[in-house]
Amino acid sequence: MALPALSPALPEILLAVGAMALLMFGAFAGEKSSRTVSFGAMGLIAVAFLMLLVAPKYGTTFSGAYVLDPFARLMKLLALAGSGFAILMSLDFARREKFDRFEYPVLILLATVGMMVMISANDLISLYLGLELQSLALYVIAAIDRDNVRSTEAGLKYFVLGALSSGMLLYGASLTYGFTGHTDFAGIAAALKAHGSSLGIVFGIVFVLAGLAFKISAVPFHMWTPDVYEGAPTPVTTFFAGAPKIAAAALMVRVVIDGYGPIAKDWQQIVVFISIASMVLGAFAAIGQRNIKRLMAYSSIGHMGYALVGLAAGTQQGVESVILYVAIYLAMTLGTFACILAMRRKDGPVEDIGELAGLSRTSPVLAFLLAMLMFSLAGIPVLAGFFAKLYVFMAAVKAGLLGLAIVGALASVVGAFYYLRVIKIMYFDEPKPAFEPMPLELKVVLGLSGLFVLGYVLIANPIGTAATTAAASLF
Amino acid sequence: MYSAIVFLPLIGFLIAGAIALFAHPTAPDGAAALSGHGHDAHGHGSHGHASHGHASHGHASHGHDDHGHGHGHAADDHGHGHDDHHPSAPGSRAAELVTSSLMVVAALLSWVAFVSVGLGTGEAVRVPLFAWIQSGTLSVDWAIRVDTLTAVMLVVVNSVSALVHIYSTGYMSHDPHRPRFFAYLSLFTFAMLMLVTSDNLLQMFFGWEGVGVASYLLIGFWFQKPSANAAAIKAFVVNRVGDFGFALGIFGVYVLFNSIEFTTIFANAQAMVGHKLHFLNGNVDALTVICLLLFMGAMGKSAQFLLHTWLPDAMEGPTPVSALIHAATMVTAGVFMVARLSPLFELAPTALAVVTFIGATTAFFAATVGLVQNDIKRVIAYSTCSQLGYMFAALGVGAYSAGVFHLFTHAFFKALLFLGAGSVIHAVSGEQDIRRMGGLKEHIPLTYSMMVIGTLALTGFGVPFSQVGFAGFNSKDAIIESAFMGHGVFATYAFMLLVIAALFTSFYSWRLIFMTFWGAPRAPKEVMDHVHESPRSMTVPLMILAFGAVFAGMLFTGLFNGYGHGWEAIKGHYDAFWKGALFTGPENRMIEETHNAPLLVKASPFIAMVIGFVTAYWFYVVDPSRPGAVAAQNPGLYKFLLNKWYFDELYDFLFVRPAKWLGRFLWKEGDGRVIDGLGPDGVSARVVDLTQQVVRLQTGYLYHYAFVMMIGIAALVTYMMLGGSH
Amino acid sequence: MVLKALFFYLFAAVTVASAFMVISARNPVHSVLFLILAFINAAGLFLLVGAEFLAMILVVVYVGAVAVLFLFVVMMLDVDFVELRQGFLQYLPIGSVLGAVLLVELLMVLGGWAIDPGLVGKGAVPITATGSNIEQIGTVLYTKYVFFFQASGLVLLVAMVGAIVLTLRHKEGVRRQDISRQVARGPASSIEVVSVETGKGL
Repeated sequence: MALPALSPALPEILLAVGAMALLMFGAFAGEKSSRTVSFGAMGLIAVAFLMLLVAPKYGTTFSGAYVLDPFARLMKLLALAGSGFAILMSLDFARREKFDRFEYPVLILLATVGMMVMISANDLISLYLGLELQSLALYVIAAIDRDNVRSTEAGLKYFVLGALSSGMLLYGASLTYGFTGHTDFAGIAAALKAHGSSLGIVFGIVFVLAGLAFKISAVPFHMWTPDVYEGAPTPVTTFFAGAPKIAAAALMVRVVIDGYGPIAKDWQQIVVFISIASMVLGAFAAIGQRNIKRLMAYSSIGHMGYALVGLAAGTQQGVESVILYVAIYLAMTLGTFACILAMRRKDGPVEDIGELAGLSRTSPVLAFLLAMLMFSLAGIPVLAGFFAKLYVFMAAVKAGLLGLAIVGALASVVGAFYYLRVIKIMYFDEPKPAFEPMPLELKVVLGLSGLFVLGYVLIANPIGTAATTAAASLF
Repeated sequence: MYSAIVFLPLIGFLIAGAIALFAHPTAPDGAAALSGHGHDAHGHGSHGHASHGHASHGHASHGHDDHGHGHGHAADDHGHGHDDHHPSAPGSRAAELVTSSLMVVAALLSWVAFVSVGLGTGEAVRVPLFAWIQSGTLSVDWAIRVDTLTAVMLVVVNSVSALVHIYSTGYMSHDPHRPRFFAYLSLFTFAMLMLVTSDNLLQMFFGWEGVGVASYLLIGFWFQKPSANAAAIKAFVVNRVGDFGFALGIFGVYVLFNSIEFTTIFANAQAMVGHKLHFLNGNVDALTVICLLLFMGAMGKSAQFLLHTWLPDAMEGPTPVSALIHAATMVTAGVFMVARLSPLFELAPTALAVVTFIGATTAFFAATVGLVQNDIKRVIAYSTCSQLGYMFAALGVGAYSAGVFHLFTHAFFKALLFLGAGSVIHAVSGEQDIRRMGGLKEHIPLTYSMMVIGTLALTGFGVPFSQVGFAGFNSKDAIIESAFMGHGVFATYAFMLLVIAALFTSFYSWRLIFMTFWGAPRAPKEVMDHVHESPRSMTVPLMILAFGAVFAGMLFTGLFNGYGHGWEAIKGHYDAFWKGALFTGPENRMIEETHNAPLLVKASPFIAMVIGFVTAYWFYVVDPSRPGAVAAQNPGLYKFLLNKWYFDELYDFLFVRPAKWLGRFLWKEGDGRVIDGLGPDGVSARVVDLTQQVVRLQTGYLYHYAFVMMIGIAALVTYMMLGGSH
Repeated sequence: MVLKALFFYLFAAVTVASAFMVISARNPVHSVLFLILAFINAAGLFLLVGAEFLAMILVVVYVGAVAVLFLFVVMMLDVDFVELRQGFLQYLPIGSVLGAVLLVELLMVLGGWAIDPGLVGKGAVPITATGSNIEQIGTVLYTKYVFFFQASGLVLLVAMVGAIVLTLRHKEGVRRQDISRQVARGPASSIEVVSVETGKGL
């Protein structure tokens, strides 16, 4: 038996080998090497990104367990960007907070490999392995500030609940295998097409989707999110809010479209339920939050709900809207967390929303960009977030899910409240002392994100084309 | 030329408005403290001037009408044309000059137009400007229609407006907001010109509302005064009642004629006689109901009985405004409208009867109230109201030309009276109560003589059975004769009331003269000490108007009402002037019949005038204690008249208070409790409740989280098994 | 065949019963022992389908290593299981309802499941008669499933890195063997010759 074609998986191989090399380097060079390792990790991610961007080798390999198609390519690019920026944004924090552990970038690299495996998964086993690779790394990263009670608590909670969700996923996968006799998505789809839906397969879908919903923190499998977001160090939260969500969303899309596509009517109902629950809970629960990281946790729950609106449509346009949604979400989230990371005074970082009071007077540019990001997250027109919501709602309406779109629109009205409150605090409250100056890399990330959000209208066309190509590859 | 006549005032308005907007008076802050007229004292937001952005500076923005209110001028401080009283906006002078000169040009042009249209032989001129609305069969253009009626109105409006502009440069010289004032005046004039030159009902409505707005703005010009604001709102609201009818009338016309162009309407009016219109749950004669609705608009604008209450209050505005808007022009818009629509009214006898009745009643009612008023401007205001009643009575009996002629002459002498009153007020430091005047004729002889001329014109002094007399003599007598000879149901009623009203008119007019100018001074000594004649900018317009008040009747009566002997001759001359602008039915021979009125009837207004004069002379010169005694003998009647027949109280009880109650109810209960309570407030409260519930779910306990996940999956599985597609 | 079926049901029943006992046993040591029993029975099930290598691996790895490790941990850590179970009764009703609901639903699934005859005995990689178990696994594991194999390796790497990251501490003051120091150590640095007078001590 010949060696399977490796070229489609070359970026992953590069990252995995590079991660191990960096691990060795770190282990021998000691704690001082963390900055070098970080840059090395970013370099690897950049190379992988370029490989995918410039010369993607489309194809299916490893006995059909792995696929690289335009959809996978685009989602991988997003995930790589999320991971790379997350490392970049942790540099300053690591220096100031004695958070300089070289394992951190290595684990992010390994998690990224896991994400890429997830995105390319074309088989229930690779799905699970990718998921575990990513999750395990995330559990460790969540608890990486091991002397901090909140961080360890976050890691432990994440781990236990993650194990539970993995159990569910495996259970669902075994049911699916049991009822279709296949683990690869194409085989599952063929079997479903031949035999139609059955109670057992529906059971399996519910469990598989529950396991995946946990990863994108969709209600009712979201409970870990606020605690982990709050407890984990802020750069870790930044990472959590970005890339893993992309990967899990991509995985979910591929499973339901490629694997369970023939019985769309069944999983659509589950997705609709999860989507509504996420949007509503995200909107309502965030109102009660004072900690900005917790707020962003509920915000991400809500946003994943909106992304699922597009998935619920189940059409090519729906998938396209999901891709665009997560892309825009990633940009907005990275920018927002750049602002959160900039919330730092002499005696350390602050996380209370009230600390933003009067930011418009102490640092007007930061306040303006954060306000734009908040407007965008709330979905105010001409900003990127508006188009994201517009796409998913349009897809839902076209697919006949008018009710879902209406619930989504109403939830976004409620959700607008807490985003606007942040703006109100920044612009109308009495100023608190100014924050420390922002490090350069955060400025860069925030600037890019702000440009994206403000100028989305200008670049909507190429992005939309890319998303259309990506979505088309699934159908 | 016609476009120039209409649009010159608009240009004036725009220039003066720009000056008012961009040039702010540079008042030292101390001015507010001294004068006590700072803005903060009247913190109500209902005035229409907030947009002018003057709120930041304190000033004493009063002309003369409120000089008496605790505001003492230094002895040598009150004189002619000294602008150093109050700091005023830079460019005030420019605004005055621009608007006034543009108005003078427009006025001269309108006399040219009058001569060319009225005395020439040409047809009515129509100058299309541009298309306005195209919607289905509804097609409305902006166009200037100039026929004789319009030409008459152009002359009236522009002449009086030009004179008032000039007069105001003197009268308002102490006001820091002159650019705004002149902008409003020009805006008003433009709107009025749009009204009288309109080619269709919608354009007329535009002008109609435009003058309403300008009137609102000018009544409330001194927006620091709560009473001025209240009066402005009252004028606007009462006019809305009439406008509602007017608008319905326009709708009715469109329903009936499928057009609102005058030409089309008039051409088809005859064919519509007897048509029925479904209105208010019944089939009614279409023309009648339309005419009545349109007349409702006229009643509001011309302050006719039942809708008259705003006019006396409108005297809160500066006196030139009263002269221009509330005497000479705007209030006659109703008369103009009925005359313009004479082709319709002529075919609706019932409506004409109502017009007669309302007109005559107004004439009588306003005259009775005028008998006992003590505010110099209010007396004239009621007089205006009464004279408008005369005009409507004339229109009602079919003597359109008599009505329009009275409109024409009335504009001169009533503007003269108002401006004269303004001059008096100017002289006595803002005093308006004639009980605190007296003995002024030696001090301000010019004003006095002007006022006397005005009074003679108003009361209709002249040589009986001839055409020699002051303006009102010719026009008013024609109306009374028409009323006598009229065929309508209420013609006789109108005749009797009008004669009595003439008597009353004479009485209150002379009472005004005697109380103001004769007898011993009743004003405080310091006021009397600096009584002075007004500046030339004020007296010259007075003299010009006086000229009109003396000669307008004699010169134009033949032109307006026809002359000669026999029906053919009179009709021939009549048509030569009007050229069909006023429509009369074939059986309407009013213009000829009035000449055949009995001598006693022809003499009746003169007799009434003489009686009124003599009584007034006796009451206020010979035996000044007499009025008090009469009032004491009839306390009920006196109070009834003094309180203007209790109309304000009645309306307050019938409409204002229920409306306020309803408003408060809808505000507090409807909006506050129901809409806010169930809407925004309620929703947000529920959101917060729900949020608290959801947040409580996040306990922090791991097994709770796991439980939630398990419950979620159980619920999903159950749902898919029971409620799903299986 | 009957014997095979008999053993299948025996192993299966004992597996399920012992799995239940794992979570219901009061004594944690008993729980671990029941876990071992469950593993052994699962190994028996593997044996029945002819996967003897997997059966042996299960016994060696899970019973021999993992379960024993569990046993040590349970015995070494003083976990107050009574305290941990305090919430048990409180959540028992809702928990049992949930469990019952899921169980009933699962039974419905199984009840309605008609096994496709084409699927029986058709695993992704069926056991063939040729070659040993180990050989057969080896052939697919390093060829067809090399991706899964490598990915699993990465998962284990992450687990290892994670364990080290979270637990390894370089404490000060901990005595460690330092071979170079040991080797470099000579008499001069270690021995001090002291002359002690009799009866006096140091």
